[in-house]
Amino acid sequence: MRSLRLRLFATLLLATGMIWLSAVAWIYLGSKREVEQVLDNRLQEAARMVSSLVGAVSDAGTDGAPRTLPAPSAYERQLSCQIWSLDGRMVARSTGAPERRLTEAPAGFSQREVDGETWRVFTVEDAEKGVRVMVGDRLSLRERLVTDLIMGLVTPALLVVPLLGMLIWASLGRGLRPLRLMAGNLAARDADDMSAIDAGRAPTEVRPLADALNGLFLKVEAARRHEREVTAFAAHELRTPLAGLKTQAQVAMAAADPEVVKAALRQILSAVDRTTRLVRQLLDAARLDADGETRPLTTVDVGALVAETVEGMRAPAGIQTRIAPELHGYTMRADPESLRLAVRNLHENAVQHMQAGLVEWAARSGGGGIVVRDEGPGIPEDELPQVTKRFFRGRHKSPTGSGLGLAIAEMASRRSGLSLRLRNRPDRLGLEAEILAG
Amino acid sequence: MRILVVEDDPILSDGLRAGLGLSGATVECVATCADADAALATSRFGVVVLDLMLPDGSGLDVLRSLRGRDDRTPVVLLTARDGVADRIAGLDGGADDYLGKPFDLDELSARIRAVARRAAGRAAACLEHAGIRLDPAGLVVTLDGEPVPVSRREFMVLAALMERPNVLRSKAELEERLYGWQEEVESNAVEVHVHNLRAKIGRQAIETVRGVGYRMRASA
Repeated sequence: MRSLRLRLFATLLLATGMIWLSAVAWIYLGSKREVEQVLDNRLQEAARMVSSLVGAVSDAGTDGAPRTLPAPSAYERQLSCQIWSLDGRMVARSTGAPERRLTEAPAGFSQREVDGETWRVFTVEDAEKGVRVMVGDRLSLRERLVTDLIMGLVTPALLVVPLLGMLIWASLGRGLRPLRLMAGNLAARDADDMSAIDAGRAPTEVRPLADALNGLFLKVEAARRHEREVTAFAAHELRTPLAGLKTQAQVAMAAADPEVVKAALRQILSAVDRTTRLVRQLLDAARLDADGETRPLTTVDVGALVAETVEGMRAPAGIQTRIAPELHGYTMRADPESLRLAVRNLHENAVQHMQAGLVEWAARSGGGGIVVRDEGPGIPEDELPQVTKRFFRGRHKSPTGSGLGLAIAEMASRRSGLSLRLRNRPDRLGLEAEILAG
Repeated sequence: MRILVVEDDPILSDGLRAGLGLSGATVECVATCADADAALATSRFGVVVLDLMLPDGSGLDVLRSLRGRDDRTPVVLLTARDGVADRIAGLDGGADDYLGKPFDLDELSARIRAVARRAAGRAAACLEHAGIRLDPAGLVVTLDGEPVPVSRREFMVLAALMERPNVLRSKAELEERLYGWQEEVESNAVEVHVHNLRAKIGRQAIETVRGVGYRMRASA
């Protein structure tokens, strides 16, 4: 059953029905026992009463023919009475009583089938008077009494059931209205509409749902905004160098002045270099993405790794690189490939943002990591949390960057079980990037 | 024509300076919103070529403040974001045209000429006056159907004068259109160009108003 309303309706109706049925069964059994007790008492009383009356009239019946006793009108239909002498002769019987002997039992209660009907009989034996008085009633009558009682209970209940069903159905509809309203609201909204549902008036049971949905909307909206930003930045970073290449190529083809042609070709070369680096960074980022969370760690000689990485990169004239002596033989637990990637991108970032000066690699003074300091312009404080996002380029961006270097450095550090911390140098203008263990 | 290029990528910016220069324009390049605002506030340009993603903000802000000053300088947006929604936002923001990166230099030049023409209230691509015909796309001048060889600077002077044949152009105005900020201007440069032009298209074609400037002489 898929409908909540239908399911609740069935459950409620079934439960109500079960309770009623149990109550009826209870009442049936209880009243049956009660009725039996009351009727048995009546039989007993009636038998004793008749027996006490028999003494006065017993002589009258000596002619042998059984007399018919005038039965009290209250018992006319229900009770039958027979008086038998101890030697087995019927002395008298009430009107309507069967002619056959009601019971063979000498005394007390007994049951017997007479003329196709089951009788319950109480027998009183009076040895002095020489008679046995039997008073009995039909079991079917007793049954009818109980059945009538139960029918009296069940009939109105059966009449009320449809009414109750309608009532339950209607109140369920009313109770489930907030859900239906919310579903309607959700179905009617635009696919791009991520505004919050009004949870203020929702009932307590529905509010968690509304709150959860609103939370989800917020997250989806944030993810979509982020996606849009990344797409926009990526488009800009990828297409601008291509636009530069194409423009310079067209200039080279159109210009008559050999100096202009040469300049354009030089620009084309540097644009190709930049694009090559961009492609390499994109591939690095893609590989880091594909590699999963962390890589197996080994003990890495960081000094050797930094020296090797940095020496392989040409720095423009005017920029010196220094590797602090304490870094030689300095070891860290890391994945060497990821660490190399982080070091290279940090170094590139440092070099790109400087006209001239010193890039220094050193061990952290407190231990537990390495640090690179440059003498560039640093990063505005409000941009620090964003610079490790892909394609983000701040106000102090270098003309040849693509907004990927710091993102890759951060990602590579994380893959290596390390973390990257960026801050502006306290001692002078410049950026200080730390790769921290753990 | 004097063009302001607002583009932060040095290679593209350099390419635009050279490429648009080839088609006879004087190109100034700036790389930030702040520099663009300053340039637009202090001098007049025929067309602005504006990148949308700049290091210190969005080109749309530059556009908005330009239009906020009721400056009608034509603006061609140049951007990597060329989705339909972005185009609509750019054009509704007051841009006259929109070109996605990477673009064709010749197409950009043509669009710049087109928005400049529209801004000047002309429909025809070529300028004509008294038998002189000037084709901005090909940098070709003809006199009564015969081609007249002119230098780039001479062409620009003639174009400036022929855009509004009856309007006086001062020497300073012509110098501004002819030379970029970094270029050294000889004090008599404009006079020399006008002199050369008169030699090629006829002595009577350009009229000198002493102490005020130059204009095209109405045909007799």
